[in-house]
Amino acid sequence: MIRRTLAIAVKELLQLRRDLRTSLTLLGMPMLLLLIYGYALSFDIVHIRLAVIDHDGGRAARDVRAAFLESGYFDLVAHGRDERVLDGLFDTGDVQAALVIPADYGTTLAAGREAQVQFVLDGADAQTATTILGYARQIVASVSPVLRGAATSGPVLVRPLVWYNPDLSSSRFLVPGLVAFILMVTSVIATALAVVREKERGTMESLRATPLLALELLVGKTLPYLLVASVSAAGSLFLAWALFDVPVRGSLGWLAVVTLLFLGGGLGWGVLISTLADTQQVAFQMGLLSSMLPTLLLSGFIFPISSMPAPVQVITHIVPARYFLVALRGIVLKGAGPEVWWPQALALLAFGAVILAAATVRTVRSL
Amino acid sequence: MRALLNLLVKELLQLKRDPKIVPILFVAPVFQLFILGYAATTDIKRVELAVCDLDRTAASRQLVEAFTASTYFRVVRTVDAQGELDPLLLAGAARLAVTIPAGFAADRNAGRPSTIQLLADGSDATVGTVGLAYAANVVQQVNAAAGVRPQVEIRPVVLYNPDLKSRNFMVPGILAMIIMIMTMMLTSMALVRESEVGTLEQLLVTPLTPGQLIVGKLVPYALVALVEILTAMPIVLFWFRVPMRGSYLTLFLLTLPFVACTLGLGLLVSTLSRTQQQAMMLSAFVFMLPQIYLSGFIFPIQNMPQAFQLATYLVPLRYYVVILRGVFLKGVGFAELWPQAVALLVLATVILTAARLRFRRRLG
Repeated sequence: MIRRTLAIAVKELLQLRRDLRTSLTLLGMPMLLLLIYGYALSFDIVHIRLAVIDHDGGRAARDVRAAFLESGYFDLVAHGRDERVLDGLFDTGDVQAALVIPADYGTTLAAGREAQVQFVLDGADAQTATTILGYARQIVASVSPVLRGAATSGPVLVRPLVWYNPDLSSSRFLVPGLVAFILMVTSVIATALAVVREKERGTMESLRATPLLALELLVGKTLPYLLVASVSAAGSLFLAWALFDVPVRGSLGWLAVVTLLFLGGGLGWGVLISTLADTQQVAFQMGLLSSMLPTLLLSGFIFPISSMPAPVQVITHIVPARYFLVALRGIVLKGAGPEVWWPQALALLAFGAVILAAATVRTVRSL
Repeated sequence: MRALLNLLVKELLQLKRDPKIVPILFVAPVFQLFILGYAATTDIKRVELAVCDLDRTAASRQLVEAFTASTYFRVVRTVDAQGELDPLLLAGAARLAVTIPAGFAADRNAGRPSTIQLLADGSDATVGTVGLAYAANVVQQVNAAAGVRPQVEIRPVVLYNPDLKSRNFMVPGILAMIIMIMTMMLTSMALVRESEVGTLEQLLVTPLTPGQLIVGKLVPYALVALVEILTAMPIVLFWFRVPMRGSYLTLFLLTLPFVACTLGLGLLVSTLSRTQQQAMMLSAFVFMLPQIYLSGFIFPIQNMPQAFQLATYLVPLRYYVVILRGVFLKGVGFAELWPQAVALLVLATVILTAARLRFRRRLG
C-alpha cells in the first residue's frame, strides 16, 4: 500500500517540478504575502484627522487642546472659533473627529463645577470611531482634576496588566492570523485543481486501470504539496518571528505538529473540492469561495468568535483555521503546552480524517 | 453587432449548461452574506471575565455585580486565589480577570483609595484593548455613583452611525467583497479555459474583433453581477437593517465603474495566464488579496506605512469602500464622491485597455 502511495507521490512531485512557475509560487507566495501584508495591517490608529473648535480660547481650553495634539494620535487639520469651519468636512472625510470646547469652559472649571467638552466623531467606520473615542476619553481623563465633593466612599483605582502582548500591539495579534489565512488559501488553491485536472485531461481513466486504491491516490497526490506547504509554513513562521516581533514562547516541536495537522486539513479540503468538481473552473470557484472569505472572517483572525451570534459560532467549527489560530496563538504568544490546546489539535485531526474519508468515498464512486 | 449578440447568448448558454454553476453564482453569495454579515462584527460583547474576590464583602460583591450588569462581560469563573487565574488566561477560558484585594470595603468606607487589578489577555489585541476600556468604564460608573467623578467629561456626538454599529458598514462592504471575488473569479478563467480546451481558435476565426470578444465575454458576467447585487440588497436593507441614506440611483451608477474594474482585472488575468491553475493563483494572490487587505475596508489605510498608502490608490475596492460608506451612512452623492467616481473610471479604462492590448498580442 505504501509503495503505491509513494509512487503516486513521486509522479505528482515530478509533475510539480516540471511546472516550475506553480511550484515556485506555492513555495514563495506565502512568505511574500506575509512580507507585504504583515507591514500593512494594523489596528493601531494614528494620524487621526482632528478639528478643534475653541469657543473659549482661555488657558484651560488651550491645555485640553495641547493634550490632544501632544498625544501623538491626532493631526490637527482644521481649527477655528466657530462650528461653521466643519461644514462638509465630515461628509468628505477630511475630518474624522472634532473637539468642541464650550465658551464657559475655563470659568466653569475655575468655579469647581463639572465641565463638558464635545467630541464629534465620524461613526461610519465604527471600529475606528470606537478606538478614537477611547483615546479621547483617556486624554480628557488625564487632564481632568478629580472632584471628590460629596463622595460617600473612597475611589476605586485600576491597575491594568497585560499579558502575552504587553503593548497590545495589533501586529502580534494579526500576524499569526495572517499566516493562517495565507497558508489556508494557498493550500486549497494548490490542491483544488489536482484531481479535477486529471479528470479533465482524461488521465483519470489510465489511473483507473491501475491497482491503485482511491485512498492511496488521494494521499499520494497530497504528499508533495504537504512537503512544499511545510517548507512555506516554516519560512512564514520564521519571518513572523524575525520581522514582526512575534515571539515563540512555546515549543517549536509542537508548533510543527500543529502546523502539519492544519496544512493537512487545508490541503485535504482542496482535494475534496477537486473530487466534487467536474471542471477546473468550478473547482477554482468552490475552492476560492470556501477558503478566502470564511477564513478571513470566521476564523477569529480579525473578528472575535465570542462576539458573533450563536448560530454563526457553530458554523465557525468547520473552519480549520479557527482551531489552528487558537493553538498557534497559544504556543507562540502564551507558551502554552499541549495540555492547553489538545482539543484544537484533536479537532484538526478529526477534520483531516473526515475530509479524507469524504474525498475517498467520492473518488471510489467516480473510479 | 449581430455577431456580438450571438456571442453573448453563447456565453450565457454555456453558463447555464453547468448545473453546479447556478448555486455557486446565485446561492453562494447570498448565503455568504448572511453568515459573514453576522461574523464581521467589532462590537465586542460577553467578554469572558474571571473574578478573584479576596475581600468577600458586600461592597466587593457589588463591584462584581457592576461588571456583570453590563452586557460587556460574562463572568465565567470565580476563584479564591490569584494563582488560579493564570491557567484560565492561558487556556483562553477567560480574557480578562479582575482581582479585588482584601480590605477593599474597609478602605472605601474609610474614604481611602483602593486598587483593583485587571489582568488582560493581550494575545487578542482587539478584545484586550476593548475589554480594558469597558472595565475602566464600569469602574468610572461605580466611582460616579459614590460621588467621585472627573471634573471634565466628554460628551460624544457620533455622526452617521449613532449606535456605532459596526454592522452598518461591514455588511455593504462584505457584499462588495463578495461581488469583487465573484466577478474576478468568473472572468479570470474566461479566456484561459477557452484556450486550454481549444475553442479559442474557433472564436478567432469568427468575424469578431478582439474588442468585441472582450465585450462579449464581460457583459454576461456583468449581468450576473447585477443579478447577484439585486438579490443581495434586500438582505442588506431589510434583514441586516443597514440604513440607506443616499440615493439608490447614485449607488447603482457608482457601482458600474467598480464592476467594470473587477471584470476587467479578471479578464487581464485571463490574458496573462497560460493554464487555468496560473489564472487561479494570479487572480487570487495578485488581484484579490490586495483588494481585501488594502482597500481600507477592515484595516484602516491611515495606519499603513506611507508606501502602502500610495499603493492603495491602485486598488479599485478602496474607492468603492468610500462610496459605500458615503451613500449608505452619510447620504452623500456625486458632489462629494466625484473623486472616487473619476478614479474608478480611470482605473477601469486603464485595465480594460491593458486587457485588450494583451489579448491582441496573444492572438498575433
